[in-house]
Formats: sequence, structure tokens, C-alpha cells
Amino acid sequence: MLEVGGILSWIHEALSSACPEWLTLLIEYVLIGVGFLALYALIALILILLERKICAYYQCRLGPMRAGFWGLLQPLADMFKILMKEIIPLLKNDKFLFFTALFLVIMGSLCTFGALEFSKDLIGIDFNVGVFYVLAISSLGVLGILLAGWSSNNKYTMIGAMRAGAQLVSYELSSGLSLLAIVILGGTMQLSGLIEAQSELWFLFQSPFTWIAMVIYLIAGHAETNRGPFDLPEAESELTAGYHIEYSGITFGLFYVGEYVNMFTIAGIGTMVFLGGWQPLHIPGADAFNEIMNMIPTWLWFFAKAFALVMLSLWVRWSFPRLRIDQLLHLEWKILMPISLLNMLLMALWVAYF
Amino acid sequence: MEVKDIKIKSMKTEDFRDNESLQKYIDELEKGGVGIKVAPLDKVINWGRSYSVWPLTFATSCCGIEFMCVAAARHDFARFGFEVTRNSPRQADVIFVSGTITKKMAPVLRRLYDEMSEPKYVIAVGGCTVSGGPFKSSYHVVEGVDKIIPVDVYVPGCPPRPEAMLYAMMQLQRKIRVESIFKMPKNPEKGSVILSKYNSDGTLVTPESETKQIVEGGAE
Amino acid sequence: MEKTLKMIQSVSSSCTKIEAADVMVSVDKKDLHKVCEALYKDGWDYLINLNAIDNVENIEIVYHISKSADMEKFLVLKTNTTDVENPIIETVSDIWKSANLYEREAYDFFGVRFLNHPDMRRLFLRPDWVGYPLRKNYDNTPNEGIPSKVHDMDACEDVPSITLDRHGEIVENHTNLFGRNEYVVNFGPQHPSTHGVLHLRVSLDGEMIKKIDPNFGYIHRGIEKMMESMTYPQMLYLTERFDYLCGSMNRHALCMCVEKAMGIEIPKRAEYIRTIFDELNRIASHLLGWACMCNDMGSITAFIYGMRDREKIMDIFQETAGGRLMVNYYVIGGVAQDIHPNFVNRVKEFIPYLRKMIKEYHTLFTGNPIARGRMINCGFLKKEDAVALGMSGPNGRASGWHCDVRKIAPYAAYSEVDFKEILHDGGDTIDRYMIRLEEIEESLKIIEQLIDKIPEGDFRAKVPAIVKVPEGEYYQRVENARGDFGVYLKSTGDKSPYRIHFRSPSLVAVSGLDPICKDTKIADLIMIGGSLDYVIPCIDR
Repeated sequence: MLEVGGILSWIHEALSSACPEWLTLLIEYVLIGVGFLALYALIALILILLERKICAYYQCRLGPMRAGFWGLLQPLADMFKILMKEIIPLLKNDKFLFFTALFLVIMGSLCTFGALEFSKDLIGIDFNVGVFYVLAISSLGVLGILLAGWSSNNKYTMIGAMRAGAQLVSYELSSGLSLLAIVILGGTMQLSGLIEAQSELWFLFQSPFTWIAMVIYLIAGHAETNRGPFDLPEAESELTAGYHIEYSGITFGLFYVGEYVNMFTIAGIGTMVFLGGWQPLHIPGADAFNEIMNMIPTWLWFFAKAFALVMLSLWVRWSFPRLRIDQLLHLEWKILMPISLLNMLLMALWVAYF
Repeated sequence: MEVKDIKIKSMKTEDFRDNESLQKYIDELEKGGVGIKVAPLDKVINWGRSYSVWPLTFATSCCGIEFMCVAAARHDFARFGFEVTRNSPRQADVIFVSGTITKKMAPVLRRLYDEMSEPKYVIAVGGCTVSGGPFKSSYHVVEGVDKIIPVDVYVPGCPPRPEAMLYAMMQLQRKIRVESIFKMPKNPEKGSVILSKYNSDGTLVTPESETKQIVEGGAE
Repeated sequence: MEKTLKMIQSVSSSCTKIEAADVMVSVDKKDLHKVCEALYKDGWDYLINLNAIDNVENIEIVYHISKSADMEKFLVLKTNTTDVENPIIETVSDIWKSANLYEREAYDFFGVRFLNHPDMRRLFLRPDWVGYPLRKNYDNTPNEGIPSKVHDMDACEDVPSITLDRHGEIVENHTNLFGRNEYVVNFGPQHPSTHGVLHLRVSLDGEMIKKIDPNFGYIHRGIEKMMESMTYPQMLYLTERFDYLCGSMNRHALCMCVEKAMGIEIPKRAEYIRTIFDELNRIASHLLGWACMCNDMGSITAFIYGMRDREKIMDIFQETAGGRLMVNYYVIGGVAQDIHPNFVNRVKEFIPYLRKMIKEYHTLFTGNPIARGRMINCGFLKKEDAVALGMSGPNGRASGWHCDVRKIAPYAAYSEVDFKEILHDGGDTIDRYMIRLEEIEESLKIIEQLIDKIPEGDFRAKVPAIVKVPEGEYYQRVENARGDFGVYLKSTGDKSPYRIHFRSPSLVAVSGLDPICKDTKIADLIMIGGSLDYVIPCIDR
């Protein structure tokens, strides 16, 4: 079979038969770490190419064409370039915080990325309060952005950081609340448990309130990734480059990569809680259909769904103008928040009575 | 595309057809035993750099509109991997000096150039930036940006057509591809390394006082 | 006219009508302020233009005034001071707000200081610049020195002004531009959405804007001074280079000015071609304005769409004239060459195409709830303010001011076509936004009416080999894509002008930023800047 889980358990057995337990664990940890980093970078590269191509097609252009066939090697070219670019030291800024900010952003992004279940049994971090873990660790990025803006000693980055702080803290509320609505429905906080609960039917089809939760989650998640129409912290036409003006070379590259992977992570979590994660599409009763669906490897299901959500995000990104800060906060605190609170209540009633 | 016979006194048609002279020159030198071997790692990095030249959004006048046309659907410099225009000079690779540079703007341009991180390239777009162009006789116009910053590619025209700007970009790519990263050029004037900084009062820092300032900055 | 003259003479006895021209009035500088006040009360509330002339023995200030309610009325007021060393003239910026920047410009170029003007800084040149470049005794030769110091970034800049004290002595006052504790952010000179190298110093309170101080001159190329040593055909090429987006229209203004002065009758064919080119150019400019405004609001896709359709106009231009952005097509006496055989067909294909695309723009951007939410009820400009600031053109019409020169003083073939002057009365950003898209449709209508009726005949009148404009002063207005564009020409009968001045509609648009943007947010400033659609090189010249 094409399942990755099988290969992993084979590696585990091979290792434990050859080495003592502590060495097995050590090798496995290293392997997992390297594997995650590789996947992280790979997804970033794919997303960068995807975005540039798709945005080009929205805009009646061709996008990258020269670097490799059909521009396929474009992100690699960017990577080589940005790795070799100078990192400019600033004179009067807080250097410690300046670089700490960067690592906070990347750490937040990477740790959230680790909570994704890419295929059956392939999950990096899975414990009983997985949903809380995701919510908590993803806010590390906010701290990073705030620090980045503050420590750059620049008025533009300062404004960008303040905007980012206000925006991310607000939108985390409704994304959290909509996830909690699903926790009520699934009855567990463990991410893998939530996916298990969808083996018969995806949550999306289990309750009408999941739809509301999903729409709110996608809006809030999109806002959390700082992408248009919510790209106020960067706001190219207003703040030139927002909170990362002063970052150059790979320091900027990490922000750039982090942004793209965050987009994927948000889509991935959305997939796991609303669209069944790696679970194939099942229709209760239609056994033949379900069998055919089961033939498709689970990791393919996960990535297909996640990239579908990413596409949705790109679609929004390239067709909407930017919101203003007061409209942004109005949308969150006066529209999305009350709806998601109400939705949570209705979901609880639904679970209790149906 | 074949260039038809042109009728310009000072230029032959062959010169128009010649796009690869830089590469040919390098090849010739190599044949003669002069060691300008481009190492494999250099090749990879040069390839990456040449396809990922992010321009700074900088436009002062007319040529800026043509620069926007290059970015837009018809001409689309994204095909070469140039479309990620950065508004922060720290993240940009090339500055298209498109439009006249006046004496009030000159120090600003210089500061922008200094703020860019290495490797950085300059393309002088339009007659005004090449030599002062139609405004050469004015009291307030800098006669060519090469008096302020080192220029890699000159694009004449008033304003140059978008095709000319695309050609300039391709020439810049060719130029990048023969760079050596691990050996800095011996003649500092030819390379893109020019050290200059401004004091807090805005005057240029000379090399001696610069080292001093860095020491002071470190002590803070 | 007689009535106005009598009214002025009742205020000031020094007032005399200048015989050579029918609308020119000369007034002594002592009575200037009184006369202007009286004129303002009489309804002359629109100061079109203010410029200075160095006549060597005296320095002359020329005011072009009109009535906003009745724009056909036109009055030229002149005053002069014989104190060439230290010229001082009373300000009129308290009467007409638009005089504020004009007077600063006169100070910058001629050294004329204006009494009671609140802000006598240089407008274009660096504060440490020596000399007044448009004076006749100024050495125009380019000097080698390139300054290395970045100026004008200091928020606590010193603002000088001169007033009279109790004893009638002139005293110099100094104030600070911003307070010491204000959070001042520099927008520009290099900023993606200042539409050129405009430098705005913005005082912020959080996201709210408290005060904006525009700083010009980063692209001041000394065109007016250069033109004083050029022949008329040479000058034409520079007119396209300061407001590059409506180059044809600016060139049209200068061509008409010279033609009128020399009494050249241009052929009907040339007039029709010029009108069509003007309108095509207006469409191109509005498309770019629309595209950039969408880009400023964060919708890059809309930007690319606008630029895509603009390319079609560029195709039409380059087929006939050879140029894309700089068309270089009009010459004194007509147009440079006949239209291309394909021209008519191309234009006819283009009209339905653009109509379809405008529908697409409306679905893509105008109908977008975010765009509407941002534009509606934001950036108000009342009609009175628009008149006081002299903000004509689409921006004035969005506030309900009937100010289209094509209707008021029709030139070229505009009297023969039927078109509507688009007027909105809201005066907020969406009005300014909509008016541009609607004007594109009107322009298409004009082209549609003209394209089939281009008369046969010459495309160029016979013009003497050396163009010499007879002695006198001339002013020609056209409606360019940004508003009321004017050319003031003073000739001494030579082959180059004695003084030439351009009235820039963009300058007044930028002067409106501070009143419009007060108490809005940063994002609104960028959007309003986009909706005002100014071109910086047109301001700086």
C-alpha cells in the first residue's frame, strides 16, 4: 500500500531489532525532526510557486516561466538567492529581541505544523488537549511579530506590529471558539480523536452548525495568517512592508516562509476538524462507494483537502481589497464573535438533543 | 527575433544582434588561460540569483509608468521571476532608477541604495538617469545617476519601451551569471561594493570615521 | 466686465484697466488685499492661478481669477513691486486658500515674500538652496555639486513668516512645523503609494491623522526656466514630460496658446484628431488612476486589469504616432503626421471592448462590500472647500462643482459633440472614484461621435519656419484628466518665451490632503490620495 504509516512502523521495527531502546528513540527523534523540517521547507516551496502561478492566472499573466520547465524551479531560485543575501545589522535596535522575534515566529509556525495529522497514524504531536495546544502555540507568532515590530526601531514597523497585535489577538478568539464548537460535537480535544470521530461522516455533514463554525474559522484563520484582505500588518501600500521592513536576507526569508506555512497549517487544521482530516469521503450506506474511496491513500486525501482550502484562501487574497483597522476589529468583535458564541451554544443544544 | 537593419549612424546592426558579448568575453579569457572559472557552486547560486531579482518599487516620474507596464499583464516580468516587488530596500535586489533624479532627490536615492543588502544591482532607466536626458541643461537635475550610485545596466529612451526594460533585465541576468561569489573583484570600483554611511546629521561618513563609529556603536 | 471694473475702482483708485487686453486689471500693491477682498465678496471665489514674473526693473504678480458659479467669467489682476532686492507683497492666502501654495512657489522661484502668509518656506527647492532660479539674473548652468545630505526629514522644522507689528515694521516670526512630542511619520519621498516622489510628513495619534505637511520638489526639474531658453517647437516636448499621464492634453494647451497668439487657424481634421487623442489619453489616465487607487486599497488584481486595458490605448497611440506614453503627436498648427489607416478601425474595436471591461471593473471592485465600506462616507470635500482650494476637475465635480473647461470654454471639437458633464454631489471618496469610471464612458461617447466624422483635408496648417509669438500675455485653459490645466505665456516677440507658467491641477489636489484627511486613518490617507489622482512631476515641473 501507499500508506506512510506502514513504512514508519517498518523503520521502527528494523531499528529496535538492531539497537538498544534509547538509541532507537534518539534516532527516531532525529529522523522525525529532520523529516518535519524537510516537509516544512518543501511545503513552503510548493506554496510559493503555487501562489505565484495562481495569482498570475487571476491577473491574466503567466507567472514564472523561465526558471526550469514552466517555472517549476522558481522557488528554488528564490531560496538560493535569499540564502546568499546579506543580513544587514542595524545600529540602534535591540538586537537580541530582533532575532528572538524571528525564531518565535518560526517556532510558533513549526510547532503548530507538527500538530497536523498528515495521514493515518502520522502525527507529530498528539495528546489529549491537542486543540488547546494548537491554539496556544500558534499565538507564539503574535508575540514574535510584536517583538519584530518593536525591536526594529522604525515607526512603520511599530504601526505594523500594533496592528498585528490587535488583529491576531482578536481573531484568535473566534477561531478558538469555532474550534471549541467542534470539540463539543466530537466529544474530545485530541486531534487524532476528532479525526477518528469522523470515520463515518465528516463533521461538516454531521451538524448544520459545523458550516457556520467552518466559515468563521476560515475567515478568522485567514486573518491570522496576515494575508489580504486582512494583511494590515504588512499593508504594502500603506506601511511599505509592515513589521518586517528592517529584516533582510534569510531573516526576511523566514518570515516569508512562515507566512506561507501558516497558511497551510490553518488549512490543515481546518481540514482535520471540519473535513475529516485524512478520512476518505464516506457516505453511510453506500458501501461500494466507500470502498473505492478507501483505495485512495490517506495522505493524498489530507493534502488534497488542505490544498483545496489553501486555494480558497488564495482566491480571497487576490480578489479583495484591504480592510481598514476599525472595520477589521468591527468585523471580529461585533459580528464574528457573537455569532461564534451563539453557534457554540446551538451546537451544545444540538449535541444534547439529537 | 532577428533585428532588421537599423539606421543609426553611431551603431552597427551587428551590435544590436550581440546579446551574449559578456559571456563570449569570459569564454575568450578562459581559453587564454585567465582563471575566471565559475565554480559549480557559483553556478548554482548565480542561477538562483539571476532568476530571483526582486526590484524595489522606486519610480520618480514617467519611466515609472512604463515600469508599471512591465509589471502588468502584457509584458509581465514575472516570467523571469522578477515580480516580487519589495517596498523595503532591505529586501530588494535591484533598483530600477526610473525617472529623473534631481538634486533634492539624489541624497534620498543614495540612502536607499545604501539601505539595500548585498548583492544589489542598479538599472538606470531612461535618458534622465543615463545622462540627464532632456533636462541636462537644468539647474536642478543630476546628470546621470552614475554620479551617485554604480550602475549595472543603462537603458536609454524617453521613456524606454517595456521591451527595452525586459531586455535590460535579461542583460542583468547575464551579468549575474558570470559573477564569482567567493572571490570579490579586485577593482572595487567595478564591483558593487562601495562602503558609505551617513552620520546622524546626514553627512557622508569617510572610511576612517566609519570604523570608529562601528566601534562606538558596539560599545553602546 | 465694466461692472466689475467699476466695483474695483470704487475700492481702490489706483486700479487701471490694461488697454491691450480686455480682462486685465492692474492694481497698486498697497490696495491689493482690499481689492481682492472686494472681488471675493462679489463672487470671484476661484483663484485659478498665481504666478510671478521678473521684469528686471520690477517683479510682477499675476492673479487669474474666476467665479465658481459662472466659470466663463475671467479676470486677470496684476500688481508689482519695484523693490527687486527684497520684494514684499501682501498675501491673499487668507482670501483664497489655494493661494497658499502658489505664493510659496512664487517665493521659491522669485524670492517674493508675502506679508502675513503663515508659512514662507521654500516649496520645491532645498532650504539651503542659494538664489531664486526663475529670476532673470540667475545662473542657470548646471553646477557640479550634488548634495549628500538628506533634508526636510526633521519634524521640528522651522517655519518662517513675516508680519507687520504695531508700528508698521516688518518682523520675522518663527514657529515649528510640528510639536516636539508629536508622532510624525515620513510618507515618502520613496513610498509605494504617494504616486511619485511626494513627501508627506504625517502627524499621527495612533492610527488617526492629525496633520499632514506635503513637501514637494523631489522631482523639480526646472522646466519653466529651461523653456525660457527654448524655441516653441522644442518646448512642446517638455510639456508631455511633466504630467506624463495626460501628456497630449498638456501639449494641446501649449499648442493652442501659441496658435491663438499667432492667429493660426488649424484645419478641421487636426482638431478632430486632437479631440480624439485627448479623449483617448483621458481614458488612459483615468484607467491608470483607477488601477492605482485599487492598488492603494490592496487589490492588486484590479491594478493589473486596469493596466491591461490601458495597453490597448497604447497600441492605438503607437500605431499612429510612434510613441506609447509620450505620444509626441501634436505640433503647432496641427498634428505631426496623418492618422494611420488602421486608426479608425482600432478605435472602433476598442470602444465596445472597454465598455465590457468597465462592467467587469464594477463587478470586481465597485460592488465589493469591503471596497464600498471603505469608500463610502470617507474623505469628504465640500463644494465650498473644493472651490476655495481651487480643486477643479474630477475632484471638484465629485463635490458638485460645475467646472469642466470642455463645457465652459469649448475648444477643439468639443462644441460639436454631445456629452454630459458628470456631476456628483456627495464629495466623498466613492464619488471621486465613480466619477472617473463614468467619465471614461463619456469619453467613449465623444470618441464614438467623432471617429466617423473625421473630415478630409490637411492635418497641419502652414506655420512659419521660425515660430515667433507676438508680444503680449496669453493664457490658455484645457481640461486635462486632473482638472483645469492652464498655460500662461508672456512673450516679447522673440522665438522663445519671456516667461511661461503652467497651472497644475495636481498641486491643488495635494493641498487638499490636509483638510480632507484630518481625523481619518492611515489607510484612508492612502486611499484618498489615490482618489485625488495627482501626478507629482506635474506639481514640481
